[in-house]
Amino acid sequence: MSFSLQNVQVTFDGRMILPEIDLALERGRFVGLVGPNGAGKTTLLRVLAGLVSPAQGRVTLDGQSLSGMRRDARARRIAALFQGAGVGWPMTVREIVALGRLPHRRAFAGLSDADEAAVARAMTRTDVSHLAGRTEPSLSSGERMRTLLARALAVEAEWLLVDEPVTALDPAHQLDAMALLRAASRDGSGVVAVLHDLALAARFCDRILVLSGGRIVADGRPEDAFTDALLAHVFGVSVERGRAADGTRYILPWARSGVQTEKSDGAIIPG
Amino acid sequence: MTAPLRAVAKPGAWRLGTPRARRTVVVVLALAVIALTIASIAIGYAPFDVPAAFVDLVAGKTTLPAMVLWELRVPRALLGGLVGFSLGLTGAAMQGYLRNPLADPGILGISSAAALGAVLAFYGGLAAALSLALPLGGITGAGVAALLLNALAARGSGTLGLILAGVGLSSLAGALTALALNLSPNPYAALEIVFWMMGSLSDRSMDHVLLCLPLMGIGWGLMLSTASALDALTLGEDTAASLGVGLISVQLRLVTGAALAVGSGVAVSGAIGFVGLVVPHLMRPLVGARPGASLLPSGLAGAVLVLAADIGVRLLATRPELKLGVVTALVGAPFLIVLLLRNRGRRA
Repeated sequence: MSFSLQNVQVTFDGRMILPEIDLALERGRFVGLVGPNGAGKTTLLRVLAGLVSPAQGRVTLDGQSLSGMRRDARARRIAALFQGAGVGWPMTVREIVALGRLPHRRAFAGLSDADEAAVARAMTRTDVSHLAGRTEPSLSSGERMRTLLARALAVEAEWLLVDEPVTALDPAHQLDAMALLRAASRDGSGVVAVLHDLALAARFCDRILVLSGGRIVADGRPEDAFTDALLAHVFGVSVERGRAADGTRYILPWARSGVQTEKSDGAIIPG
Repeated sequence: MTAPLRAVAKPGAWRLGTPRARRTVVVVLALAVIALTIASIAIGYAPFDVPAAFVDLVAGKTTLPAMVLWELRVPRALLGGLVGFSLGLTGAAMQGYLRNPLADPGILGISSAAALGAVLAFYGGLAAALSLALPLGGITGAGVAALLLNALAARGSGTLGLILAGVGLSSLAGALTALALNLSPNPYAALEIVFWMMGSLSDRSMDHVLLCLPLMGIGWGLMLSTASALDALTLGEDTAASLGVGLISVQLRLVTGAALAVGSGVAVSGAIGFVGLVVPHLMRPLVGARPGASLLPSGLAGAVLVLAADIGVRLLATRPELKLGVVTALVGAPFLIVLLLRNRGRRA
């Protein structure tokens, strides 16, 4: 019941994107993949989704090589939601969510009762049931994001890979989406999400993977991974730490680390 | 022709775009295709007793009416339906695949290449020697175009690369066709070529039908098999791939299918414009915007449109007869403009 990457190396147009990744992921956990822009987070997600074949190394799902798996079998086991994926035609929300059932359907067949039930469940979970008949161009960006998330959930796969799922959402729906991803992991799925919001990542994820320059530089529980030294070194920020009223600890990126005053003369002061 | 469509478009007890509405649209259109095929056989320049000719034909008597029916009327009606279905289906498939409402069956350069192939056959004097030289030349042209496009697709060029290759191929074939016209030894031959390229279904034989029917059948099958992949592709290539869609396989099936269907269509009838562009826009309000759902209805509506236009050409009975491609473009272009303006107004 695990995803494993051994000695994985990914190059693109001769440029090294991921020099060497060794990683084991378990189902039932919510993993946050964080790192600055260009760290290789999306590439790693694409490797996990089977869309990029590594130049070297092995990617295995429960001991079975990902590249040797049939496309539809892989699609049933790994659902992925990528960033910036718009909707090409003014389809209804329900039709979009139902696309998540494609890997389960036979050629030329319609939706089965099981498919209908899965679509309804996914729409309820992301709070888009009331939008079912609306067409895509009339949705707000938050509604579109929740619709696309419902599409990914409708696959009901063992693994759910999501790239920046909360970027377009308002605070309430950000919390909803994070709680939803965590709930999906509690139901037994393995959830891997690329996140930019360190506060949300620290609050909701079971495990944090910090990627920098294509390498995993920290891996562990949020409180272990997000050390002051790492945050300053990788993200160039310092954080405020505190304890919420309910007792949970939180972090909040607060200032650029190393920059002492606003009136810096532009010279980089080592942190 | 538009009467059944209007009846369906009326907001009734059920909603448009549901599976039930979609089935109704397909059934109505299929009945319209059958009715128009029969009408196309019955309508011609000379008064003609169709039932009597049919009885003679079935009885195996080679009377003049039986020969007119089998050699002239039936091929013309069948080709109208076949070519129309090919154009409508390919238009819907191209618009769906390229996620571009302005795509038409000719966007990949296949029609232009087919036209070039036919023109070369004509120009080389083969047409005089062999009655099927024109369609065979056209099919060869479409085949060469498909090989070039597939070689590109197999390298994983993506949709943008395919469109650019299509534009290039289209321009090149157009330029070579113009060159052939330019160098034409006598003006009569040039005129003949220009007239052929305007598209027509007159004076086609059963040989034309038998030549294009199997090719079109395979092409339709290939394109219809991509329906669910086209649906998935509305969410982008990455998401489609994560849903189990083989991107290269889909591209190969679409390019080959379009080449077989449109290539053989152009080869037997010349270029019939606007049908493939307009028909998917007509179908979307009825069956919904999901690309896979509009494939079969668009094919049937294409057949309805071409059959109706071909009947119109014969009823108008101008001299010389109006070319089919001229009529479809004359009717199609204003219609498309009105449709786009109206939809825009509704959405804004």
